[in-house]
Amino acid sequence: MTTSRAPVAITGMGVKTPIGGDLDAFWSGLCSGRSAGAPITHFDTSEHPVTFACGIPDFDPDAYLSPKEAAHLDRVTMLGYAAAVDALAQAGELGADPARVAVVAGTGVGGLLTLEDQITKYMEKGAMRVSPFLVPMMMSNATAAFIALQHGFTGPNFCVVTACAAGANALGEAARLVRDGDADVVIAGGAESSITAVGLAAFNRMGALSRRKDDPAHASRPFDKDRDGFVMGEGAGFVVLEAWDRAVARGARIYGGIAGYGRNTDAFHITAPAPGGEGAVRCMQLALEDAGLTTAEIGHVNAHGTSTPLNDAAEAEAVAKVFGDSSPPVSSVKGATGHLIGAAGAVEAIASILAMANGAVFPTANHDETDPALGGIDVVHGAPRPLAAAPALSNSFGFGGHNASLVLIPAPAA
Amino acid sequence: MDRSEAFAQLQSAAVEVLHVDAGAVTEDARFKEDLDADSLALIEFVMALEEKFDISVPEEELDGVTKVGQALDLVMTKLAASA
Repeated sequence: MTTSRAPVAITGMGVKTPIGGDLDAFWSGLCSGRSAGAPITHFDTSEHPVTFACGIPDFDPDAYLSPKEAAHLDRVTMLGYAAAVDALAQAGELGADPARVAVVAGTGVGGLLTLEDQITKYMEKGAMRVSPFLVPMMMSNATAAFIALQHGFTGPNFCVVTACAAGANALGEAARLVRDGDADVVIAGGAESSITAVGLAAFNRMGALSRRKDDPAHASRPFDKDRDGFVMGEGAGFVVLEAWDRAVARGARIYGGIAGYGRNTDAFHITAPAPGGEGAVRCMQLALEDAGLTTAEIGHVNAHGTSTPLNDAAEAEAVAKVFGDSSPPVSSVKGATGHLIGAAGAVEAIASILAMANGAVFPTANHDETDPALGGIDVVHGAPRPLAAAPALSNSFGFGGHNASLVLIPAPAA
Repeated sequence: MDRSEAFAQLQSAAVEVLHVDAGAVTEDARFKEDLDADSLALIEFVMALEEKFDISVPEEELDGVTKVGQALDLVMTKLAASA
């Protein structure tokens, strides 16, 4: 393998997802082919054409936060913080100057639950009943700020807001901070919790959501011939990144690495993908060039695969253009978890690392029969498929035309 | 409402909003140092008092209020004015 630049090591990972709140549960959930789609119960959906989502009903903030801390955080930050704490626990003693520890967190919308709650309060009770905590709870950068605040990390700290690409952009920008020498350690990831009455209504009005309300557990079906839209999900994924040599020197366990990162923009339409997946094609190529790898060296494509008719068609075409006749197996996490929006790219990068660590590609949940219009894309479905140790490409494409691709590499052989 | 009754209600608001033990809420307790209430938390606490006692406390009247006893004085004044 020839690399143009040194890969960055992943020494800790944490997830909070609709199919599992730790790495083992997440991985076994992915392999089971089960989808978390279920009726929404935390608000009244009787007026909504879409009545289901992939939530995390059993998330327990008390395991990570005092009641006082939790009272002043939006759920998106609780999920993100919890995933970051898990990742840090796995990474062990960092041995880093806090001024050299950075945090990069992605999200699509930040604290939408809090914003909606406070708008309701304003409408019902007036301006003087709006909480003084609304701004710090809802601002998109709250998760990045809170992680640093709790741990005293005073290095670079920012939030990436690129819709459904935010989680992947966060990991990519974080890897650049390490490669450029701007930080010794970066806590990077994404979080989203926007399954609210208005959020659900808004995504539905775009025509983006599946309407399979009589069968929510089979609604998210990436690349399947019967797919009809995405299913909203919530969750978070965080990793700990550091220079490979540094990780080795401190005796940290390396779970895998980020070897390449590509990002660009369609500049075609605010929500629709560019025809032929042109932006996505270039984005994947940029990531491969950055990693110094050829398409033949990629063992698995972890697709953005939202389950919307348009996205999956554009991505399948883009993958075919990049890989030609030798397309590696493709899978999408979103059949199982729904669409975690700004968390998706981070959670899916972690899924890619777990796939490499376990020597298997997880099946795409609910994928029964590949849409024949997608041109022979090899979608893993039904059961996990054995995978030789090889780098993976993980794609994320966001509303706004934002594209981000990561090339992930396996842990060194033990 | 007498002062001890008002204090009991203020104390329960503090437990609820400031997430402190009831025992920590004495008339001498300082919001910032003893109850870990920053300026935002203090505003949230006053909102809770306004709802509990059905009073209105303009922000400028909070200047100089640093202790629980001063907040209770303010509440008693408001209650007397509206009686």
